[in-house]
Amino acid sequence: MPDTAAEISTPSSREQLDVLAEFKRGLWTENPVFRQLLGLCPTLAVTNSAINGLAMGLATTFVLISSSFIVSLIRKLVPNQVRIATFTVIIATFVTVAELFLAALFPPISKALGPYVPLIVVNCIILGRQEAFASKNPPLKSILDALVMGCGFIATLTTLGIVREILGSGMIFGVRILGSWFKPWLIMILPAGAFLSLGIGLGIINHIVGREKG
Amino acid sequence: MEEHVFVISSAPHVESTDSIPQIMYTVVLALIPAMAASVIFFGVRALVLLVTCVASCVLTEYVFQRVRQKPVTLSDWSAVITGILLALVLPPGLSLFSAALGSIVAIAIGKQVFGGLGYNIFNPALVGRAFLQATFPVDMTTWVAPFSYAAGPDAVSAATPLGLMKMEGQTTAVIKLFIGNVGGSLGEASALAVLIGGGYLLYKKYIEWRTPAAYLGTVFVLGTLFWLIDGSKYPNPFFHLTAGGLMLGAFFMATDMVTSPVTPVGCWVFGIGAGLLVIVIRLFGGVPEGVMFSILLMNAVTPLINRYTKPKVFGERMRAKS
Repeated sequence: MPDTAAEISTPSSREQLDVLAEFKRGLWTENPVFRQLLGLCPTLAVTNSAINGLAMGLATTFVLISSSFIVSLIRKLVPNQVRIATFTVIIATFVTVAELFLAALFPPISKALGPYVPLIVVNCIILGRQEAFASKNPPLKSILDALVMGCGFIATLTTLGIVREILGSGMIFGVRILGSWFKPWLIMILPAGAFLSLGIGLGIINHIVGREKG
Repeated sequence: MEEHVFVISSAPHVESTDSIPQIMYTVVLALIPAMAASVIFFGVRALVLLVTCVASCVLTEYVFQRVRQKPVTLSDWSAVITGILLALVLPPGLSLFSAALGSIVAIAIGKQVFGGLGYNIFNPALVGRAFLQATFPVDMTTWVAPFSYAAGPDAVSAATPLGLMKMEGQTTAVIKLFIGNVGGSLGEASALAVLIGGGYLLYKKYIEWRTPAAYLGTVFVLGTLFWLIDGSKYPNPFFHLTAGGLMLGAFFMATDMVTSPVTPVGCWVFGIGAGLLVIVIRLFGGVPEGVMFSILLMNAVTPLINRYTKPKVFGERMRAKS
């Protein structure tokens, strides 16, 4: 993980935490998907409907917050050489919790997400936050950081899911909103639609950011 | 004393006098027979589709370039060509909304996101068609019989010759395919009309003869081979040449200056590769027609072909073996 990422992500420790600014950071300026380009695999794979995107976002956020908290607590006990292995074991523990929880309480969603729930273990957003933030900051700050990043991930996945579900089947969260006049764009719920919508989304956001910078 | 200024520049020193608008305009001219044939065979409906596609392409190009604050390059006619080519590969019964959507995708995603004319990797018209094929698979494979507009308001649905061959093992007479008068996309109906336009472009030397020669030649040779192996199972080579969008693809899409190789050897490689793919898809693939995918796939490897077929610079010597 490059040092610059840590610098950007670490507000100077003496400052009072500005929660609103933190949320803006997670949702917009350092949005995990659109600005950091992390976690693209689940983003492409499970956003064929809004509910799948939301569920994936929530599961990832749960794992992110829990493991950030634990990693932050033990940050002074872990030798530098084995830190990645340690992070992975902690993350894998919470992923197992999330996976069993989904399978027990929401079997259809668990089935729809398939292997992408266990694959949260190797999600770059989670490992990235441990390396860049949680392993260097106190627990409360780490939890807040994990929360805003998780919210950014949830918002992005749900938005992409909504767009693809509307165009691909005329529905949002399984509720039909477009009448029979609308002919579903089949491509949007296929993998090609994931690449198209993510690419167009990235293009639009880069355009806006470029304009903000002037 | 008058000062002499010597301009020193790198190669190329010999420039063609043809400008982009002039070439594009000639291509539009060359497409007129195919457009006329489509209107004769499919009626006013074909004309409406052509106008819709061209208008949507031109409008998309204009809006995109204005939003991106880039110079508007409508006057180079390239968006018009994309519109015509897209309309020529659409089924005549397609809804106008779908046609417009395909045009928007063709220009916006097929061309402008790469930076506009000259930078696109894939043929824009085929990108639009591939998008429509994946988006509305049923509409894109619903064909109407030629001259059905004369029979009454209800369009008579018909299978394409390639579809008949794939599903029922039935071939259509080659002469019928050559003149036209078969079900299919606007530009698939008549091989003759496409050939007239293609011949004109060859005569003007605006397209590289090697690409269509290699493309059609490969299809012909492989078609003959399979026909000789089992004539009852595989159609004859002339059927392959005249059916579907092969003529249109060979003369107007595989020869696209932007997305096909620039070297002479590269053109052969491109044509042979595309011909191979057409035969493989037509005879063994899951869809009846393979021209679109063959050209798109070869577009993807065009930079690689260019790199490996770079001609030797005059005076350059083979590296001595050591």
